[in-house]
Amino acid sequence: MNWWCWKMKTTNSLLAWYGELSTRGNLLKRGFLLLMPGMLWLMLFLVLPGLVLVLVSFATRGTYGQVEWAFTLENYKRLAGFSLFGWTSDYLLILWRSVMVAFVTTLISVILSYPLCFFIAARPERSRYLWLTLIIIPFWTNMVIRTYAWFLILSPEMPFARLAAGLGAIPAGAPLYPNAFAVYIGMVSMFLPFVTLPLYASVERLDWELVEAAQDLYASRPRVFFQAILPQTLPGLSVGIILTFVPAMGMFVVPDLLGGAKYMLVGNLIQQQFGPSRDWPFGAAISMGLMALTMIGLHIYRRRGREVTVL
Amino acid sequence: MKRNHPLIVFVSLATVAFLYLPLIGVAVFSVNAARRGMVWKGFTLNWYLKLFENEWILEAAWNTLALAVVSTVIATVLGTALAIGLDRYPWGRATRGYLDTVLHIPVVIPDIILAAALVVAFGLLRLVSSIFEPGLPNMIIGHVTFQVSFVALVVRSRLASIGPEVEEAARDLYASTGFMLRAVMLPLLMPGIVAGAMLAFTLSLDDFVISFFTAGPDSQTLPLFIFAAVRRGVTPQIHALSTLVMLITVVLVLATERLMRDSNKSKTAKS
Repeated sequence: MNWWCWKMKTTNSLLAWYGELSTRGNLLKRGFLLLMPGMLWLMLFLVLPGLVLVLVSFATRGTYGQVEWAFTLENYKRLAGFSLFGWTSDYLLILWRSVMVAFVTTLISVILSYPLCFFIAARPERSRYLWLTLIIIPFWTNMVIRTYAWFLILSPEMPFARLAAGLGAIPAGAPLYPNAFAVYIGMVSMFLPFVTLPLYASVERLDWELVEAAQDLYASRPRVFFQAILPQTLPGLSVGIILTFVPAMGMFVVPDLLGGAKYMLVGNLIQQQFGPSRDWPFGAAISMGLMALTMIGLHIYRRRGREVTVL
Repeated sequence: MKRNHPLIVFVSLATVAFLYLPLIGVAVFSVNAARRGMVWKGFTLNWYLKLFENEWILEAAWNTLALAVVSTVIATVLGTALAIGLDRYPWGRATRGYLDTVLHIPVVIPDIILAAALVVAFGLLRLVSSIFEPGLPNMIIGHVTFQVSFVALVVRSRLASIGPEVEEAARDLYASTGFMLRAVMLPLLMPGIVAGAMLAFTLSLDDFVISFFTAGPDSQTLPLFIFAAVRRGVTPQIHALSTLVMLITVVLVLATERLMRDSNKSKTAKS
């Protein structure tokens, strides 16, 4: 158990610490000295800016794009779709779309990751490292470069765009972007390794005897997967889902390059407010919306996660 | 279960191909002599040579490197001290929980929220000091802010795996705090610190969003440069630049793998 558990119920009583006799207050002073620079940094550049962002989301945009400190709920109303001209679903649609894109991206990544993990786990030991490295390399390759690469592959001169044009899906000579399809292609290829790598750590440790036992007892294939394999791989899978779903919701590069104005996600909307539109209060309010979605996602996930582990 | 269903093999190979097809495409077209279009016109390294004549690109490369090195050094020092201070001192449960939460924020939130918060904060700080004009100092601050957490997490997992026993032994032999840190703790922690620093370094090279929000006109980095270039259309020179960055990534990944495996080996050999 934690070595400090037996300690010091009372403050500043004498205590033995690593063989040294000291007081709790004394130790905390020393610990504080170690903690302070890092914590001060996080307070100054993370917590404080976060609080300022909350404040700004209730402020007003001045005529020249400056922030005016007049308290208002206008930004949130606008996000919810209320404007001078009545109600529109534009912004809510973008939020909803971001959640859906993140969800579908995660789902596809999980579906593709399982076979890939089983495949790698079944390789002989030497080549297993090679295959894993093959997954790790895209994991670390810059996202802008990988998106750029899809830009090239989906361009009009490449066979895929020609095939699509031949089938009549797009006009001849047009690229396969910007559209929803390109966004999904880009997102899945971006986040697939984020699921595969943690999942593999679990698949490698899988107890195959349980799987064989299930098969011996004539469990159907889906049943073998859901009752013998899935529960065992849950730790890795949950890490992978979190690593994919949360950043996918705030993704900005892929939808910006491959989605265009027609398939905007919340990341683009935020960027627009801080960039060209120069409407910081509204941008802050959208960021709060994204933050809320992230928290809801993590919360649902945690509750569900607990239920599954109890089973 | 050593053999896979053919369907599993097929799906896996297709998935790997899906990951690599675009990257290989870029590499292939970076050595294509054709200036425009996708027709193969013969092998050339011309585009790579041109990169080294392009002042913009050289400056962006320099900025990227300077940003990554400076922010990694700061984040590694801060993160390591933070990890030791948090895990090795008798903090109360509530304090520990609170500090833990703050430390996890950058890992959990989408990076665009951190970027937005920094833009707003720097905007206000600019009223106080001109250091906070968009530019390299701001980008360094932004990068350190998310790197610290990752360094601290990696170092903490190492702290947990070495356990408190060796430090206790050093203490029992009357080592002072400074001597214990220097002679016992840091050597034992070194693999964790190096791993944390490497993670921080790659995260910095990899970052686009934080840089995009905090960069000024004179502080272009390579990802920002490529992003802007895509808008103007794909060119062989950008293919070459991207391929070069990919190659550097491959080398870094292989080096890290080798390092990790070696340190694992020495660990098992010792025990």
